[in-house]
Amino acid sequence: MSVLQRDPQDQVRVLDEDGAVVGEVPDIDDETLVEMYRNMRLARHFDTRAVSLQRQGRMGTYPPLSGQEGAQIGSAIALEEDDWMVPSYREHGAALIRGLPLKQTLLYWMGHEKGNKMPEDANILPPAVPIASQIPHATGAAWALKLQGKTDKGVLCYFGDGATSEGDFHEALNFAGVFDTPNIFFCNNNQWAISVPRERQTASETIAQKATAYGLDGIQVDGMDPLAVYSVTKAALDKAKNPDEGELRPTLIEAVQYRFGAHTTADDPTVYRDDEEVERWKAKDPIPRLETFLRETGRLDDEKIDDIESDIEATVADAIEAAESDPRPDPSEMFEYAYAEQTPEIRAQREEFEALREKVGDEGFLRE
Amino acid sequence: MSAQNLTIVQAVRDGLYTEMNLDDEVLVMGEDVGKNGGVFRATEGLWDEFGDDRVIDTPLAESGIVGTAVGMAAMGLKPVPEIQFSGFMYPGYDQIISHMSRYRTRTRGRYTLPMVLRAPYGGGIRAPESHSESKEMFYAHEAGLKVVIPSTPYDTKGLLISAIRDPDPVIFMEPKLIYRAFRGEVPEEDYTVPIGEAAVRREGTDVSVFTYGAMTRPTLEAVENLEEEGIDAEVVDIRTISPMDRETVVESFKKTGRAVVVHEAPKNGGLGAEITATIQEEALLYQEAPVKRVAGYDVPYPLYALEDYYLPSVARVEEGIREAVNF
Repeated sequence: MSVLQRDPQDQVRVLDEDGAVVGEVPDIDDETLVEMYRNMRLARHFDTRAVSLQRQGRMGTYPPLSGQEGAQIGSAIALEEDDWMVPSYREHGAALIRGLPLKQTLLYWMGHEKGNKMPEDANILPPAVPIASQIPHATGAAWALKLQGKTDKGVLCYFGDGATSEGDFHEALNFAGVFDTPNIFFCNNNQWAISVPRERQTASETIAQKATAYGLDGIQVDGMDPLAVYSVTKAALDKAKNPDEGELRPTLIEAVQYRFGAHTTADDPTVYRDDEEVERWKAKDPIPRLETFLRETGRLDDEKIDDIESDIEATVADAIEAAESDPRPDPSEMFEYAYAEQTPEIRAQREEFEALREKVGDEGFLRE
Repeated sequence: MSAQNLTIVQAVRDGLYTEMNLDDEVLVMGEDVGKNGGVFRATEGLWDEFGDDRVIDTPLAESGIVGTAVGMAAMGLKPVPEIQFSGFMYPGYDQIISHMSRYRTRTRGRYTLPMVLRAPYGGGIRAPESHSESKEMFYAHEAGLKVVIPSTPYDTKGLLISAIRDPDPVIFMEPKLIYRAFRGEVPEEDYTVPIGEAAVRREGTDVSVFTYGAMTRPTLEAVENLEEEGIDAEVVDIRTISPMDRETVVESFKKTGRAVVVHEAPKNGGLGAEITATIQEEALLYQEAPVKRVAGYDVPYPLYALEDYYLPSVARVEEGIREAVNF
């Protein structure tokens, strides 16, 4: 029986908080399991460094992901190469798995638009900042794949618990059910929409149960258990591509988790949540959980962990150096991409801009 | 080319039909566009012809319609979503402004959205509240979008085909007052009318009258009436609100030195303001009189008992032209 065939209130778990096996371990090869661990560590380290760069004034506002590595990596690793990902603005770890280099994630949050330019061979749409607005895109993308006869591809879309209050969430899930599109709607329920708790977003007992209203399967998973997340995402993808007779393709997954840090570096979470709550959730940290499991099953040892540690430190350091040494974007780029072919007005404005820049220099524009 | 005699709404339908036949990636979606053929019959018969997967009745959800079309277009389809009345575009406005207009820029050209958002707009058909607005400037103000408003059946088909073939997103606003007001010759074959070019509907030397959409007809009528008074007016149909064809506007103004702008949208921040500013910037020394704007008033569009007072009438246009000429 598929892992999806259960009540939305019945949370899927594979590892308990101490890393002991309490559910069915998914069928993943050793190499991928270690890769999963490495990427979670990489995402955590990247996140720590990104917050620190922001504090040092080397990067703009940044949304931290710590605590959500299990949900991001566990789900993204379940995708196959041809599947698509539609992220919100916090999925730096998941985007990395999809082929978006860390350097670009850094560039985006450093204010370079080109961080948004996804590599041509990476099936990922750009991060969306307006809450829930990317969910209809995911439905449309999956719908297009179905209309194009490419039913061997699924579309995984991320959003937070706050997004489930927006109309776009409901419209997107409703369309997906009506048109039976190969979608996986993945809610990173991290308990807080900035300062507003999940209980203030919805009176539903779970977010997963909302799927019922659209005729979809809804499933709740421990979002800090990467193996459980992998299992449900994989099952949802398989169903999206090959549904049983009378079964709908789309699935809503609620991954219950916690963001350890602030909503963004512009936010101070001590104002709205207490230390006891944070500590309680930190005990569920997905990284030591997976590490315990991998050590106890003989897939990891101290030596391998040391190697991983030095490798991820070098990887992140290289990405930061590459991002910081990237040349400032050419200001004329502003005019370049608004239309496929520049309008006469934009051409004229660009010429005027360039002539003025020539005359007054960059000092004439740049603020200290 | 063989020609047919069509109304504007029939030309919309003919444009969709023609392009859907030529390009399998084009699809139509929206509320009641399928079996019902659209509340204005703009998609009549398309569902029979192209079926459920290319003429799609969606749930009643404007943000969902625009947002899913964004996703489809990002994946290479050419969706032509219809919003039943432009007065109901606002639930989809976030998708239009936050995504439709910006996708190309945000992704440095990695993704572009070849989609056309169609909606009937404007007043004069005795419709209920929220069915008569003329809010084209909301979209014209947004870089990354193109905004097209036809005024003849020939232009409607040609501009619509151009819009569908355009790699950038286009807002295609159809003046519903003249959906069926008259017929015109429309070739059966595919052809295009370029986006971004205004049309000189009548040449003249005394005053330039700039207009578009449903106001083109009362403007032409007013100009004809004024001929008897010895006023020889030029009429320019703007056709593409954004990017506007400034060159044609300025050339016409330089010839006449006087300008009147006629639109049914509110005067405040309307296209008239943009045309006036363009004239100030580019042809000040040719100016013989202040630019006169004959526009909708800056009030919420009234219920239909008063709408004739709100919309520019032939008499109001005539007065405006006289004022500019006799300054």
